[in-house]
Amino acid sequence: MTVNHFVILSALLFGIGALGVLVRRNPLIMFMGIELMLNAVNLAFVAFSRFLQSLDGQVFVFLVLTVAAAEVAVGLAIIVALFRTRATVDVDEVSGLKG
Amino acid sequence: MSLSVPDLNLRIVVPALIVSITALVVLLGELVTPAARKRWLGYTSLIGLLIAVGATFGLWDAHATAFGGMIAADNFGLFLTLVILLGALLSVLLSVDFLRAHQVEHGEYYMLVLSAVVGMIVMATATDLIVIFLGLELLSLPLYILAAFKREDGPSLEAGLKYFLLGAFSSAFFLYGIAFVFGATGATNLTKIAAAIAKNPSGDLLLVGAGLLLVGFAFKVALVPFHWWTPDVYAGAPTAVTAFMSVAVKAAAFGAFFRAFFVALPGLAMDWRALVALIAVLTMTLGNVAALLQSNIKRMLAYSSIAHAGYILVALVAMGAQGSSSALFYLLAYTLTNLGAFGAVIALSDGARERLEIGDYAGAAQKQPFAAAALTICLLSLAGFPPFAGFVGKFLIFSAAVETGWAWLAVIGVLNSLVSVYFYLRPVVQMYMTEAQPGWDGSATLTTRIAPLVALALAIAVVGVLALGLFPTPAIALATGGFVR
Amino acid sequence: MDLIVFYLFATLAVIAALGVVALRNPVHAALCLAVVFISLAALYVLLSAPFVAAAQVMIYAGAILILFVFVIMLLSPGVDQGAGALKWQRPLAAVFGLALAVELILVLASAVLPAARGQYTPERLAQIGDVQAIGALLFTDFLLPFEITSLLLLVAMVGVIVLAKKRVRS
Repeated sequence: MTVNHFVILSALLFGIGALGVLVRRNPLIMFMGIELMLNAVNLAFVAFSRFLQSLDGQVFVFLVLTVAAAEVAVGLAIIVALFRTRATVDVDEVSGLKG
Repeated sequence: MSLSVPDLNLRIVVPALIVSITALVVLLGELVTPAARKRWLGYTSLIGLLIAVGATFGLWDAHATAFGGMIAADNFGLFLTLVILLGALLSVLLSVDFLRAHQVEHGEYYMLVLSAVVGMIVMATATDLIVIFLGLELLSLPLYILAAFKREDGPSLEAGLKYFLLGAFSSAFFLYGIAFVFGATGATNLTKIAAAIAKNPSGDLLLVGAGLLLVGFAFKVALVPFHWWTPDVYAGAPTAVTAFMSVAVKAAAFGAFFRAFFVALPGLAMDWRALVALIAVLTMTLGNVAALLQSNIKRMLAYSSIAHAGYILVALVAMGAQGSSSALFYLLAYTLTNLGAFGAVIALSDGARERLEIGDYAGAAQKQPFAAAALTICLLSLAGFPPFAGFVGKFLIFSAAVETGWAWLAVIGVLNSLVSVYFYLRPVVQMYMTEAQPGWDGSATLTTRIAPLVALALAIAVVGVLALGLFPTPAIALATGGFVR
Repeated sequence: MDLIVFYLFATLAVIAALGVVALRNPVHAALCLAVVFISLAALYVLLSAPFVAAAQVMIYAGAILILFVFVIMLLSPGVDQGAGALKWQRPLAAVFGLALAVELILVLASAVLPAARGQYTPERLAQIGDVQAIGALLFTDFLLPFEITSLLLLVAMVGVIVLAKKRVRS
């Protein structure tokens, strides 16, 4: 078991999460994709931390956890507020703003 | 177990502390302020920001770090702190009456703006990737909320959602970049990363990390091909918020961008310089060409902000002391100019009814000569006409590029500026050379008087744009400060 | 033995992650996300980081996921009907995403860590306890990041209240 095992797993999860954000149009699921990406980052941090024998990586995980929790609260609040003004949470229907 | 904090040099973070305390005061003040007096919370914010400006000048030349080298007060960071505070001051001036007109006069608005300012200051002065990331989050979260602040208004909420999803997405890339750089070098401190790279310059892990950091920054400062969210978010967010985020986020994010690439990753310059140059070309060109096609002034200014990010990127490619000082000057000039332009857009609206189509500006010069003149000066400065600030900024950046052997990049930049003249002049032509449409006078709500605070902000912006254009030397001298390493 | 545990939970995490991205019903996606979170917690134990594992279960699986499920129930948006106008984006995004993942994996398969090692070997961590060690770091070397997160949480709280509270008409 080497650091490469964990880093490759982390890259896979990160890629799947990014794919989810790019492919799906439901903001809730896009948001879950972002959570997957953050988890992949945490896995990389812990793995590097373990194999570098430095505890810094684990501390970063706690900071990332806090940031993720704050982001979830704000993101879901925006989605709920949007849902109140109209009855859809589909980004496609939401984009009255075309890019 | 005894705990000892390494160099708790609190003096270094005093500007950020003052702004944080002001944010808390405003938050508590909101509870005891009657609805009719909400503007006092705006005044409180202004006072706090002014004190922070004084504290920042007090730290000038301090050139020291704090918290074990996680944050620093060097002249590069302090200059950006001043730019950020200036942007925040003007934005608050623009917001006070804007919030009232749009019936969203809540004290939390100022608290969120001030928190974002703290995040920006942290990001611009941080010398550790993890602190840069936290600064980035602390500036982004309030801005997501501010973009959605008109929460009964569809476009504002949609802008908030879009900004949030793409912001969180880009944060993940940035964070993954940090993880790989940490894995490759065992450090997140910029100086230590540079030392580790100097010892062992190759490594796939490091290159992947640097690439992911680049993607994260590119999203935040809206570089092609990571720019597509900008027009929607800028157009949907409340105009006062758009004004704030179009300037202050750029100052903070470019500050961290330059610091990370100049201090931590100069050893990889061979790898990233050509790529960044390519991105700069794409960003300038696409921003300007797309701006040509816009009929909505907020969308036009959004694409113009993309183009300006491209110009600043030229300074990153140039590297060295000239690169960083020209970028600092440009950011200052851009902050004043862009806030002036958005301020004029706010001044030219009828209460809550905004004039956002360029066609709406027909004949505005007769009705509101002051706002029209301010908008004209700011647009000319954005286009890079002398004797305005934008001209000096572009001149500094392009000459830095020429002197470091990137003349072709400077040529593309100049050509782009020429293209941009066309769309910047369109509103000016509308205001001065077209007859007023019926409706300027028709509506009873029309105020030919500009709110005093908006007028003050416009005056500061216009005087600043002229002063920087005519007497740039003092500002250039301030901008030459280097990094703590 | 370790390797078997690794492959077990790694496979579980990848399959569940694909489920999050592929399933049409948000509730099913959220359940898959829970599986990912818990598999990762198991891997953290394998990496001798029990405190992180506990936090992972409590915060991700406990707090964040519950919030997701709560909002899904509140909005009950039903099944994602797929994209309308942006159909062309999907294959493009899939190609880019796969290219990114393949590239990352190819590069990382040969990743080499720097030779320098820190002081925290698994044995030493077991001796001083990783909760103490992380706590001590948070309040010394990482005091500034720690304080920044406190402001971050305050901002999140204020923001959520601003967005969600009933408006009092004055």
